Amino acid sequence: MKSLLALGAVALTTAALAWAGAEAQPKAGGAPVPVITKAAKGEHCVEDTAYMRRNHMKLLLVHRDRTVLQGIRTPKHSLKGCIDCHASEATGSVASAKEDFCVSCHSYAAVKIDCFDCHSTKPQRTTAMNPSHPHAASVSANVEEMAGVSR
Amino acid sequence: MNELNTMTEQAPHSPERRRFVGAAAAVAGLAVVPGVMLYEVADARPEDQPASSAVRWGMLVDATRCASGCSDCVTACSTENGWTPVAQSEHPRQAPQWIRKLQLEDPLTQAQINLPMLCQHCAEPPCVDVCPTGASFKRADGIVLVNRHTCIGCRYCMMACPYKARSLVHEPLNDTQKPDVPRGMGCVEACTFCVQKIDRGDGTTACAEACAAAGHNAILFGDLNDPESEISKRLRELPTKQVRADLKLNLGVRYHGI
Repeated sequence: MKSLLALGAVALTTAALAWAGAEAQPKAGGAPVPVITKAAKGEHCVEDTAYMRRNHMKLLLVHRDRTVLQGIRTPKHSLKGCIDCHASEATGSVASAKEDFCVSCHSYAAVKIDCFDCHSTKPQRTTAMNPSHPHAASVSANVEEMAGVSR
Repeated sequence: MNELNTMTEQAPHSPERRRFVGAAAAVAGLAVVPGVMLYEVADARPEDQPASSAVRWGMLVDATRCASGCSDCVTACSTENGWTPVAQSEHPRQAPQWIRKLQLEDPLTQAQINLPMLCQHCAEPPCVDVCPTGASFKRADGIVLVNRHTCIGCRYCMMACPYKARSLVHEPLNDTQKPDVPRGMGCVEACTFCVQKIDRGDGTTACAEACAAAGHNAILFGDLNDPESEISKRLRELPTKQVRADLKLNLGVRYHGI
């Protein structure tokens, strides 16, 4: 009997909370939805949007080990690459305001990330390459291309 | 066993062996060319290639040129890597320090020596030996790093390091990090030989650049494995020392004039 009462109390509280939450935030089908702003730079993501939504964490995990352990810093699948395109135009960051790209979804999904305890949430402003580096020319060309897209 | 014996007995005179030796020499001759190319590639390695053990990054500090009262290398390091200079820190005694200037005085002669002290990037790093999680590691090109994703902040490596080169970040950094240099509370950190600059193909460090800009040229950075690199040439000419050479750690940082 006691357990039945407890169950009832839990059900009531949940219902009350859901109702109160629904009042405060925008809803689609009864649940508050995250704000997903289109990336400021570039035309499309490095992978399909649907694939990225499910698998970005796996790509980041693999790339992170390649970067830290082996020094491979290719922009594709790198956290820096994500931040470069997805930083909000208002805050210049992916995680400083409630509606910034990373935070918006992660608070919706209730998945706590600690990436930004260590990583900067803002894109690098000057990515000057050493002119003697074999990739310097191609990188600066890419940067110009990207700048052209965002204009 | 019998087979082995017959082989060794007939080996020096057999025409088969002579042919084999000839072939081996030819292969070795070919290998020299890719070997030489490997050095060239390694200094400015393609972006998608891993760091290679064909390179060993190292530093030569000429203490006779290191100026008293100058701390340009320390400032440059803090600017490049985003750590707060100790003087500006709220808790200077526990503030992270990747490189520091030392002034040593001989009590008998009052002769003074100035030098920067930093992670020595040992070939046999004690910090790597003691790390319980494998977070402290040596990269293929000889740079000793901390993988902050696995560091638990136990500070065992700080105890093990004979050079007091490592620091723990005690306080939250509140998004003040540089995009290229992630750092965070609860992790141990130290000089990385400006690994972000190395991977970018700069082939030098912020401290070496700053020292040259100040006109002292006390810090020379380069590839110890390349016999033609500037640092290898200087190491051949100058008498240099490793700090605590008795520990036989085979350091990446060598000092002249200490």
